[in-house]
Amino acid sequence: MATSSALGGWLHRVTDSDVWWSFKSSPMTVAAAAVTFFIIAVAFLSPVLAPHTPFDPATLSLSDGLKPPVLISDDGDWTFPLGTDDQGRDILSSIMYGTRLSLEVGFASVIFAMVLGIALGLVSGYFGGTIDAVIMRIADVQLTFPAILVALLIDGVVRGLISVQRHDEIALFVIVGAIGLSFWVSYARTVRGSVMVEKNKEYVQAARVIGLSPVLIMIRHVLPNVTGPVLVIATLNLGLAIITEATLSFLGVGLPSTEPSLGTLIRLGNEVLQSGDWWITVFPGITLAALVLGVNLLGDWLRDALNPKLR
Amino acid sequence: MPDVPLPAGNANQFVRIAGLKRYFDVSAPWLVRALENRPRQIVQAVDGIDIEIAKGETFSLVGESGCGKSTVARLVVGLYTPTAGSIEFDGNDMAARHSRSDMAALRRRMQMIFQDPFASLNPRWRVFDIIAEPIRAFGLSSGKADLERRVGELLRQVKLTPADGRKYPHEFSGGQRQRISIARALASEPEFLVCDEPTSALDVSVQAQILNLMVDLQRRLQLTYLFISHNLAVVYHISTRVGVMYLGRLVEVAPTDTLFRRPKHPYTRMLLDTIPDLDMTGRQRAPVAGEVPSPINPPSGCTFHPRCPFANERCKIERPQALPIEGGTVACHAIEEGRLPIEDRSYAAAG
Amino acid sequence: MATTSNNPPLLEVKNLRVEFPTRRGTLLAVDDVSFDIAPGEVLGVVGESGAGKSLTGNAIIGLLEPPGRIAAGEIRLEGRRIDNLPYEEMRKIRGARIGAIFQDPLTSLNPLYSVGRQLVETIQTHLPLSGSEARKRALDLLKEVGIPGAENRIDHYPHQFSGGMRQRVVIALALCAGPRLIVADEPTTALDVSIQAQIIALLKRLCREHATAVMLVTHDMGVIAETADRVAVMYAGRIVEVGPVRDVVKHAKHPYTKGLMGSIPSLGVRHDRLTQIDGAMPRLTEIPPGCAFNPRCIERGQRCLVERPDLMSAGTSRAACWLHDRGGVGAPVAQELVDA
Repeated sequence: MATSSALGGWLHRVTDSDVWWSFKSSPMTVAAAAVTFFIIAVAFLSPVLAPHTPFDPATLSLSDGLKPPVLISDDGDWTFPLGTDDQGRDILSSIMYGTRLSLEVGFASVIFAMVLGIALGLVSGYFGGTIDAVIMRIADVQLTFPAILVALLIDGVVRGLISVQRHDEIALFVIVGAIGLSFWVSYARTVRGSVMVEKNKEYVQAARVIGLSPVLIMIRHVLPNVTGPVLVIATLNLGLAIITEATLSFLGVGLPSTEPSLGTLIRLGNEVLQSGDWWITVFPGITLAALVLGVNLLGDWLRDALNPKLR
Repeated sequence: MPDVPLPAGNANQFVRIAGLKRYFDVSAPWLVRALENRPRQIVQAVDGIDIEIAKGETFSLVGESGCGKSTVARLVVGLYTPTAGSIEFDGNDMAARHSRSDMAALRRRMQMIFQDPFASLNPRWRVFDIIAEPIRAFGLSSGKADLERRVGELLRQVKLTPADGRKYPHEFSGGQRQRISIARALASEPEFLVCDEPTSALDVSVQAQILNLMVDLQRRLQLTYLFISHNLAVVYHISTRVGVMYLGRLVEVAPTDTLFRRPKHPYTRMLLDTIPDLDMTGRQRAPVAGEVPSPINPPSGCTFHPRCPFANERCKIERPQALPIEGGTVACHAIEEGRLPIEDRSYAAAG
Repeated sequence: MATTSNNPPLLEVKNLRVEFPTRRGTLLAVDDVSFDIAPGEVLGVVGESGAGKSLTGNAIIGLLEPPGRIAAGEIRLEGRRIDNLPYEEMRKIRGARIGAIFQDPLTSLNPLYSVGRQLVETIQTHLPLSGSEARKRALDLLKEVGIPGAENRIDHYPHQFSGGMRQRVVIALALCAGPRLIVADEPTTALDVSIQAQIIALLKRLCREHATAVMLVTHDMGVIAETADRVAVMYAGRIVEVGPVRDVVKHAKHPYTKGLMGSIPSLGVRHDRLTQIDGAMPRLTEIPPGCAFNPRCIERGQRCLVERPDLMSAGTSRAACWLHDRGGVGAPVAQELVDA
């Protein structure tokens, strides 16, 4: 009983807030949110919704290969609404599973970067001095490398160290780690800036007067107040992470074709693009674009909504 | 928590500050200094302060911005460590090595109230948790029900209601937030409160409410206050004794009546002259020349000499020592040498 | 009428209403405010935070920030309406006829331009002077406001001045085009006490010498007592009392003003307890019907709960309070005790 009324209270506070109102009053944001959440929902429900299981070799048959999308082909076959690729895999199902993978990588790498960045930013901002200088210099060095390059580097190193099959198994973790490591800097810097502002405020001093340890103060008092900008960065980073993963996969150094993400699919389709079988590349491409656009628009809206000066 | 008996000082020296100094190094980074051949720059924010506060009294520290009074407040509660000098609380040297539980026991007995009602409460915490934090940190409650009772009682003491505990700070006005700050400060059942300009950010009518509340609480809970302010009129009404600071030094200390009726130091006189004449007696406010110099490069000798109409050569070279006089102290060569007569002042309305 | 001589008032504000449309409804921040300022007079507008005094000042200068807007009423400067002027026209008036002094000298001056350049720019915008004439005028002004070594300092940047000096520069800037009226919004609040006294004395002297009227908006009654000729007390967007400063300060007629004066600690008889007014100024969304002050008023009666009083004669001042009406306040009603 208590939890449901607490939930109801929280819900009421959300729907009554300025942020919700600014959301409702921007049709583009609502549309972006609808598209994005639709894609995410479908992707995560793909085991249930997908008409085929394209990555289970047992269900494939080469005779289904290279069928065009139903609406433009002469023998419209709704079994494969968006056509198939050269192995006979259904494009629609591939997109669903692929999107799920892209999203998994995207979310995981953003969360990894966020945790690492927040931790380092907190420590750097609160303690200052030498610790701050060291962490920030590492961050500066990291920033001179483009994210793709860092990811390529890490991926290349790992590939060199272990066998191909083993690599395929842990490719997901390697990619998540690589992308996450290239993004932590923006979180760290933002959090550091916010911490440096907050730590001089009197409520932090009051906690110090009580005698709490710096770690407790950082986590309990400072952290809840610096999450605003972090949320915005995370949302914008999500789109970037998905694109980065797609790029890596497209280049062949991301997720393997046994477990393809949208980027891998685009790559696979690219190989047969010359022969006019455009649907294998284009549909995953459209999905990727729609997803990233939606996420970015949401991130833009969130940044403006959370900016107190614009309210 | 079992109280390890700590030595207790005598009641007249409940808080004793001796030779307190705090310097801040504001030099440019090493590389810049090396390349541009710049000297180190030190701000002498607090430059040798001696104060004794008796139990139950209200000692006010007044001065303009940059005089170091806020730094003294933070030194006393331990937010800064002194560069030199000592702070003794109830006979215990705060800088000495105490065990963790001893230190916690000492800290429990002194708390601080801050100036800014908007920055002194964590905007993401509920009021209940803000007030409960010291109770939890010092292990003072015996369980959830006891905690709720204590917090409710504290809220009532500051004229709020226990239901207010569920709200967030932004739902309250400045005056109410200051009350929440006071409730938090009282949560650990302290004996000594350091108040850093607690009413400066409030409207006049709210200020009156908060000051009255603080006086009531002091009487009821037998509290000792160190009250920092730049508002002499406020200080006049609530203090037992007053210390006047200028550029990190104490220029005069006296019982309140004495300070206002017979001010000695030229800076004290100047400050009193700047209090507006609300009784419309036609008293002229004599505007004083000059501005407070930068604390990075304070004047030599007596730091007030550039603005002092009574300065002589000695004032430019030699720093005056604090002389005991009429129940207080003054640091002024002109007074010491008898060059500056001390007169009575009255502020009564002319009619 | 506020002006005692036969001179027409310099500034006339009639029934001014300032509104803020928000998504929760329209907030009325200034509610039917009327007052005059005579040429050369210093009118203090005093009130606590949220009373609407700054907004009134902003409305007069034409610097209300949207979505705030003037919803009704008239503002006349020397007989001519200025509240409904297009932006360009108002820009010409601002500076030339009305000068402004704001609270924070740090942000009132552009940190990227020298003080001299900002003065010259303002002078030349409003007066037909050549560059060297304008610079001479700027130099004279800097000397008048008491900047030592003005010949050198005219080319210094704002950050090279201390707070008090900067505020002097701001005063020079406000006066440089020779306005008839200056609107000063908390001009001394951000300064140290000893500097406050200097700046107030300066403002008084200059305005007398230049025959400039001043609308002095502040929460500091001490500043008003020393500087103003007349004072208007604002509460919850309305003027509750107006009159000669000595009368209002020493013999307040409105219960809020009485409470306010009692709350201010002053030297004289030493009290342990200051007089306090229980409760707080109502939020703009919660202004009670009748007299806005009634929930906190110890002298209220039945009439105060329902009928809103206008300013009415009360000796030498005027107060918006039924106590001064022949009909009185009606049957007494106990005060609701609520603390701020």
